[in-house]
Amino acid sequence: MTDHVVHDLPASRVPARWQDYVQLLKPRVMSLVIFTAFTGLLCARTPMNPVLAAVAILCIAVGAGGSAALNMWYDADIDARMRRTRGRPVPAGRVQGADALALGITLSLFSVGLMGVAVNWLAAGLLGFTILFYAVVYTMWLKRSTAQNIVIGGLAGALPPAVGWAAASATAPLNAWLLVAIIFMWTPPHFWALSLYTSEDYAKAGVPMMPVVKGAASTRRQILIYSLLLIPLCLVPAFTGLGGPLYLTVAAAGGLVFLILAARLAASRAGDAADPRERDEALYDVRTGAKAARNMFAFSILYLFVMFAALLAERMLNLAPLHLLQGQLPLGLVP
Amino acid sequence: MSDPWNEGEGAAKARRGRSLAIALGLIAFVVLVFVITIVKLSAHVPVGV
Repeated sequence: MTDHVVHDLPASRVPARWQDYVQLLKPRVMSLVIFTAFTGLLCARTPMNPVLAAVAILCIAVGAGGSAALNMWYDADIDARMRRTRGRPVPAGRVQGADALALGITLSLFSVGLMGVAVNWLAAGLLGFTILFYAVVYTMWLKRSTAQNIVIGGLAGALPPAVGWAAASATAPLNAWLLVAIIFMWTPPHFWALSLYTSEDYAKAGVPMMPVVKGAASTRRQILIYSLLLIPLCLVPAFTGLGGPLYLTVAAAGGLVFLILAARLAASRAGDAADPRERDEALYDVRTGAKAARNMFAFSILYLFVMFAALLAERMLNLAPLHLLQGQLPLGLVP
Repeated sequence: MSDPWNEGEGAAKARRGRSLAIALGLIAFVVLVFVITIVKLSAHVPVGV
């Protein structure tokens, strides 16, 4: 496993620009967090002052940025050894680790405090838990110690819809946790597909990702198993008053494609030992047999996006959810 | 412009950018607190008052 060593990173010779600090916040990840949190907020169907709704989303975004900065601070030693991440501000020496730490702590405290004062303390508590889970449980513990790192750690990335829901309604009902469960089950197939074609990078950094620890064949099988569990779960919102006809169509059709890609991946040789003649490839070049992993990774992003977009569209267009049981919703859920 | 810290043009430009970003962040924070205060206060004012 990897020993955590930050101190031997090069001292900065390049002056830090403000853009480097923005990069510490992982803006692309932040945009996905904002999107899922906003979906949760609207799905709560609770009237909310638009200014406070914007503040809630801002807090979630800043909290995600703060936890990302803490991750970049702690993982600088790992990032320096991986081609995908060695250009990040801390391992590249543009930002000092202590500065990333200070930024992360400041933004995290700010986001939770503001959420509590301006919106409500349930949302603030969930946001604080999400940040702690990502920065401490995932980054400092799971990532370096178990091949199940992204399975358990995926909870941090899954929670934003519940935070958004709680911000709107000061409650976190089963439908909010259904959105969490969908992202939670989506995470392993998504990340393992990526790790199948970047496993050499993870192995070099000593990160026990599934393909490194259990091998590519086992990872491909597990992706298929998680996909088989994920797709039925994605259909559940249509039966709980959360999703409508558009959502059901998207979830079912996309789920079918998801399963086909997972089956193709399971039957492929993606992630198997590389042909020695292909050693000098660029980072994201698609090795023979790894195209299935690449397709799976790309489609997984699209699938999650369109499902949440469908929920958003139904809320905005005020489409009625499917009341498949003649208006009676199971589990006592309120649409 | 003078360069009292002898830091070079690139470093000075980067420092100015960072300072500007901090200034804008602080201004945004003040505006945010003001707007939130107004919204929270107005929520407790009865209609017609």
